[in-house]
Amino acid sequence: MWSFIHKLGSPKWFYGISARLMPWFWVAAAVLIAVGSVWGLAFAPADYQQGNSFRIIYVHVPAAFLAQSIFVSMAVAGVVFMVWKIKVADMAAAMMAPLGAAMTFIALFSGAVWGVPTWGTWWMWDARLTSMLILLFLYLGVIALRGAFTSRDSASRAASVLAMVGVINIPIIKYSVDWWYTLHQPASFTITSRPAMPTEMWLPLLIMVLGFYSFFIALTLMRTRSEILRRESSKRWVRELAVEER
Amino acid sequence: MPRGESRLIDDARLASRGEPRTGLAVAVWATLKRDLTQLARRRGDVLNPLVFFALVITLFPIGISPDPELLATIAPGLLWVAALLSALLSLDSLFRSDFDDGSLEQLLLAPHPLPMLGLAKVAVHWLLTGLPLALMAPVLGIMLSLPAGSYLMLAVSLALGSASLSLIGAIGAALTVGLSRGGVLLSLLVLPLYIPVLIFGAGAVQASILGDGAAAHLAILGALLALALMLAPWAIAAALRISING
Repeated sequence: MWSFIHKLGSPKWFYGISARLMPWFWVAAAVLIAVGSVWGLAFAPADYQQGNSFRIIYVHVPAAFLAQSIFVSMAVAGVVFMVWKIKVADMAAAMMAPLGAAMTFIALFSGAVWGVPTWGTWWMWDARLTSMLILLFLYLGVIALRGAFTSRDSASRAASVLAMVGVINIPIIKYSVDWWYTLHQPASFTITSRPAMPTEMWLPLLIMVLGFYSFFIALTLMRTRSEILRRESSKRWVRELAVEER
Repeated sequence: MPRGESRLIDDARLASRGEPRTGLAVAVWATLKRDLTQLARRRGDVLNPLVFFALVITLFPIGISPDPELLATIAPGLLWVAALLSALLSLDSLFRSDFDDGSLEQLLLAPHPLPMLGLAKVAVHWLLTGLPLALMAPVLGIMLSLPAGSYLMLAVSLALGSASLSLIGAIGAALTVGLSRGGVLLSLLVLPLYIPVLIFGAGAVQASILGDGAAAHLAILGALLALALMLAPWAIAAALRISING
């Protein structure tokens, strides 16, 4: 167990193992997303209430899942970095943040587009849209804080602390926004009151969610690898690697 | 030898060498007293947020409408948002002067737990910002024709909520104190975390106008404060260490 953690702490070891893992995740992502989108967009039955417009769910829900999971993984990486001083964890956290913000934005944007046929407006202060918007601000805060420091070590530690503070607050924010929304609920059609989905509708959704996760893992591995090369560019093994490549 | 006795002998030994008595309570009390004295000498820092609060409240009738009925409906939220912004405004100076003159480093070097010393500084911030804002809010409530019967709840909810605001805000202030232009970044980091407090604070006033459920809101504000009291000091201490070493 401990030797595994120590190995994980070595950027060189991570660089090697990630090279072997990455192709599998890329393939999984490509296959799952291709199958899921063709199935979901072309073959799944249309919703009896919303017609074809419900199909945006196949982008919206996976993006929303990722938006939340990425923040949690960022905070976990922050804890690992703060406790065991594993640099790779911080590099991964730094690489996840923009991806998480992008996923949050996609979830918000697809939610807004979905709002046009269902609510008749681009934006509603719906509980879930509102907490997503707050999540986007949390992401932007972490990214901005990391960028504001001149010393990389301080930036890493500050971003880790903020990610941890944020992850403790996310459930609190989520529940308080839900509470706020139930108090001020406008009379309108909500997605929450929809009946349960039939299998042929949620199976492609599950495939899309898995595909998005594989995509996230593959992209994070790839970006972390280049970050390792960037940060460790003065180390001998990186130089030797560069010589070999040439 | 019983502990109390050994403690007395320690104190006597220190006193014979001309050194002051030590101990956590003494250190916390000294920090409290020092910060209070300093702020009593820089009255502007205490008064400016209050003037800002009054000014922001003045902007709304001018910008929206002087109609008392309209103002009465938005008054609870308006007062809470304006008070929250005023508290935010004063955060930047929470650790700034101590950071500039090096006394923050002395605080870190002191043989006492930094979370407790940080908590003392936050307590002073609340005493001189949150509490005056809470006392001033009912006066501004009259100007916004806040419905009768909710004035006490406005002051109580603000007094309770602003303690959480000070604690959460201090994390952001500690993270950004080492940055030369941390002001805007500070608000970006802290505002999303303020949302639960705003929801339940404004909700308490709203509920007392409607005549039901204000106690529940206050209870949740108290729970948020308890949580913040428990966790925020550690985050503040970690953030201060990062800012000093970076």
